[in-house]
Amino acid sequence: MSVLPLLDVGLALLVVAVATWTMAARDLFASVLGYVAYGLLLALVWVRLHAPDIGLTEAAVGGGVTGVLLVTAGKRLDALKAATSGAAPRLRVKILAGALSALVAGALAFVVASLPTPAPSLAPQAAAAAAGPGAGLGNPITAVLISYRAFDTMLEKIVLALAVLGIWSVGADAAWGGAPAPLRKARPDGAMVLLAQILAPIGALIGVHIFWVGADAPGGAFQGGALLAAMWMVAMMARLVEAPRIGSRALRLALISGPAVFLAVGLAGIAMAGSFFAFPPAFAKALILFIETFMVLSVAVALPMMVAGPPEGGQEP
Amino acid sequence: MNASLLAGLVGAALVGLGLYGLIAHPHPLRKLLAFNLVGSGVFLVFGVVARRGAAAGYAFDPVPQAMVITGIVVAFAASALAVALILRLAVASGGVSLDPQGPAGRDAGEME
Amino acid sequence: MSFLADLVSLAAIGAGVFFFIAGTVGLLRFPDSLTRLHALSKADNLGLGLIVLGLIPRAENPLAAFKLVVVWALVLLSGASTAQLIGRALRRGRE
Repeated sequence: MSVLPLLDVGLALLVVAVATWTMAARDLFASVLGYVAYGLLLALVWVRLHAPDIGLTEAAVGGGVTGVLLVTAGKRLDALKAATSGAAPRLRVKILAGALSALVAGALAFVVASLPTPAPSLAPQAAAAAAGPGAGLGNPITAVLISYRAFDTMLEKIVLALAVLGIWSVGADAAWGGAPAPLRKARPDGAMVLLAQILAPIGALIGVHIFWVGADAPGGAFQGGALLAAMWMVAMMARLVEAPRIGSRALRLALISGPAVFLAVGLAGIAMAGSFFAFPPAFAKALILFIETFMVLSVAVALPMMVAGPPEGGQEP
Repeated sequence: MNASLLAGLVGAALVGLGLYGLIAHPHPLRKLLAFNLVGSGVFLVFGVVARRGAAAGYAFDPVPQAMVITGIVVAFAASALAVALILRLAVASGGVSLDPQGPAGRDAGEME
Repeated sequence: MSFLADLVSLAAIGAGVFFFIAGTVGLLRFPDSLTRLHALSKADNLGLGLIVLGLIPRAENPLAAFKLVVVWALVLLSGASTAQLIGRALRRGRE
């Protein structure tokens, strides 16, 4: 009898407990902190599901970057002194909502418990893509992202660019082309500056490492890019660097370079290997790394720009 | 009870918790957080599908796993867009209530 | 040799777990934020350090052992910084 099942049950209870606390906390800030802890615990659940790649993404994006986004949003909302009113719904509505939620959760649990056996799987196709014509990727998930489901991944990169565009366009007309507000208005604490000065270079190095090993081991363009994005945000919070103006050509090129290079290589595949997103076997791995490099760049730029928000003011001196 | 069934049940519970928070919390940022909880619950259920699809020498099906990775990043992009809209609403109307009968909505009505 | 390594692992990880439990009890039982912070940072720094020490003999190669030490160093750095930040924020709030 191994001790692992007990740990699994403990972890499951802890995740649900922290999620409940996140929903029940009175204060927005406390609830966001709960959500960050919940993201880290969820990363452990992913590891238990043999999904370390997702665990890395969940810890970096689901926990870390989302936490910064919501904390920043809460602070900005406080600064606006907006009426955060809206009465809590009546007890009757709450009971109805609880019953509906329980019903949905119960139905979903029933579905999970009665999933078909043997389970359908696309793993053989993914294995073929990973081993497949000359790709030679040790990490099947990277093979799926860049080769087997390349079109999805490219469109997802376009979604990121569109989201940044959407956020920018929410800003005031007069502010177009300007820089977003700093993540922290106040002068940063000395401890924060020291942390950013030491952590940001090391974190950036680890981000590049995680991207590089992603071809064969857990990691990849998303995880590495998210870590680079986080390090940029740490530097922004310490006011070591400021958010760039959204009119900056370098920024815009970096944002679209991921999908653009992906699409260009995909189109070149028609000429070189006979179909859209087909990679010529001789240098498939080199091409995949080439695409991923620009994907890392796009992710690393897009996430912080989304957190930074629309360009500020217009009336600012 | 194996690890993947347990994770699936946790995913179902998370969807239920998030759905309740989405309805019951009046504050839009809390609603957004609740929605993220629903999202991670759905991802977890999909992750269980990936784990059960172990084949071809892998302990998991890489296709759903890859889709969850892109999904997490897209969910973040959607949250960031929602935050921008909420802050814009606060600037434009002086309040962040989504309730047309709420104080902010009523104030706006009286001003007209 | 491997028996000795196992013994070191067991002792160090056991001590590390003890510090984590002590820190958690402190976090739950101490009366105010500063003392809770104190309990927590001890657990993080010493507890994780001991667990890393216990895991080093079990690492597959020197590079993996090095990565474990880097993880500990990064947690030390961020733990110390956030403890400072929270402590200063508390003092500002009290004045």
